[in-house]
Amino acid sequence: MADAATLLVLWPVLIPIATAALTAALWRSPAAQRWVGMASLMLLLAASLALTYVVATEGVVAKQFGDWAAPFGITFVADPLSAAMIAISGVLAFAVGIFALSDIRPRHERNGFHPLFHGLMAGVNGAFLTGDIFNLYVWFEVMLITTLGLLVVQRGRAQIDGALKYAAMNLFGTILFLIAVALLYGATGTLNMADLARILPGMEMSPGLTASALLFLAAFGIKAGVFPLFFWLPASYHTAPIAIAALFAGLLTKVGVYAAFRVFTLLFEMEGGGLREIVAVVAALTMITGVFGAAIQWNVRRILSFHIISQIGYMLMGLAIATPVAIAGAVFYIVHHIIVKANLFLLAGAIRKAAGTDDLRKAGGLLKSHPWLAVLFLIPALSLAGLPPLSGFWAKFLVIDASLREEVWWLAAVALLVGALTLFSMSKIWMEAFWKKPVLVRATPRRVPVAFVAPIVLLGAVTLTIGLFADPFVEYARTATAVLVDPADYIAAVFPEEGPVQAAGTAYPGTANHSQGAVE
Amino acid sequence: MELLLASGIGVLTAAGIYLVCRAQTFPVIIGLAFLTYAVNVFLFAMGRLAIDAPPIYDAAVKTYTDPLPQALVLTAIVISFGMTALIVVLALRGFLESGDDGVQANEGGESEGGRTS
Repeated sequence: MADAATLLVLWPVLIPIATAALTAALWRSPAAQRWVGMASLMLLLAASLALTYVVATEGVVAKQFGDWAAPFGITFVADPLSAAMIAISGVLAFAVGIFALSDIRPRHERNGFHPLFHGLMAGVNGAFLTGDIFNLYVWFEVMLITTLGLLVVQRGRAQIDGALKYAAMNLFGTILFLIAVALLYGATGTLNMADLARILPGMEMSPGLTASALLFLAAFGIKAGVFPLFFWLPASYHTAPIAIAALFAGLLTKVGVYAAFRVFTLLFEMEGGGLREIVAVVAALTMITGVFGAAIQWNVRRILSFHIISQIGYMLMGLAIATPVAIAGAVFYIVHHIIVKANLFLLAGAIRKAAGTDDLRKAGGLLKSHPWLAVLFLIPALSLAGLPPLSGFWAKFLVIDASLREEVWWLAAVALLVGALTLFSMSKIWMEAFWKKPVLVRATPRRVPVAFVAPIVLLGAVTLTIGLFADPFVEYARTATAVLVDPADYIAAVFPEEGPVQAAGTAYPGTANHSQGAVE
Repeated sequence: MELLLASGIGVLTAAGIYLVCRAQTFPVIIGLAFLTYAVNVFLFAMGRLAIDAPPIYDAAVKTYTDPLPQALVLTAIVISFGMTALIVVLALRGFLESGDDGVQANEGGESEGGRTS
């Protein structure tokens, strides 16, 4: 089992964990932490791309910890969806790492920025890779605890207040998630996702399982920030330093979306129990409230925070329609969105640096002093709104096309309307920050450091690449969807020698002798 | 036994929900702790209740209790303990900074200014 391909599954988690430990050991020297951190981010990027390459060429890869055969040990599985998420978060972490070199002040570094940053990456990658539903809970908690630390590296009152709201809401989500896991275990007697995928289709949707599915939906809804559970997001994201906010904006909510996709394709069917209708309505309301919330804001970071919410709605829309075309569209959407959203936050940081303020009413005149910044802003902004030929156009096109094929007209109409309103919001930022005459006339324009521009250019280039050469990416999303819709490959990777399927509901006393047999 | 356990979980959950709905930080933390306890007991109960049964294989014994939920509960307890400790420190810090225990104490304009530090 210990060949290179299966070990590759572990690197995206091991590298950040080792780095977190190493940077914590170098606590007194922020400069050394910075170097170790950058080296590790490069390694992480390389490992993530290697994993994606292997998964794309060889199919689903699984690793059993300690060689305990599934379902008794903990399993890490990289299917095309996880691999894509890992790769894109590797790119994002690298870009944010460069940005942080100049954005995170030494005072914040001494508050533990580096160990927390890499700890968060470990949590995120762990959540993407794990093939065990209880293990997912553990990674969620790793993410939550490091997120809280990152929210308060800048120890102001606003930060602590934001962190408390974040913590309370997310802990509540965790509790719901645990209840759902408990119900699932009570009904099936296993926690391994591949095992669950084998057992659940043969079981009736008992009240316990229905409750479990709905609780999963609520728990991931809180993590993803969907209507009506999103209040923690705009209350906390804008308080963190830009580099950290960009990382959160790109990754955290998407982990919730990823988990929802995993659970509602692998474990539960979207059909029946009114689940589809609930998700469709939630998706529509999420899009609308997010975009209207953004419309009344004047702070760049708050505008962008609300747009995270509205964009989550599009991804849920794919889940609600649940045809392979729709899920492929949503997968493409997630990948595109992670890059674009984080890039917009980085640009908000650059605007803040150039204009000296976050408040659009006080900013202005940047087109004259920083013309290239205006161009760089247009790439992700127009992509977010969904204008061709940028990546957002294809993402929106795929999702809306899928909803039209299923004749869910109202959902498609909402999606198009929200797209138009997103364009309004983005042009508001552009008009106010770049186009308008400066409110305060400044003799010398403020410089934007190279460490700000480089990651913005990098992520902008990724957006352009996805937009102009969309074909391989769409093809990849289709491959990922094929594994999601028909989990046979996923199950075969976890259970290579296809043992006999255990009878459903073996959680009664006596299960223990099964596991004993596996040890020997 | 079942009735006792079920009502125990019910009382813990009810108390937790009531406290979480308060508009002050400290009751919310205590409420979340209550909810966590309720979930832990619930998780434990999902392995089915068996009295006087060993969790480890022994040729002489016929009935077992499921060891997995116990391991899960142990993990959950440790994690939630760490989490609670962290939040208590955060809340304490927030209280010392603002002298106020309200959850929505500083919405809107003030948080804009607090970022300059």
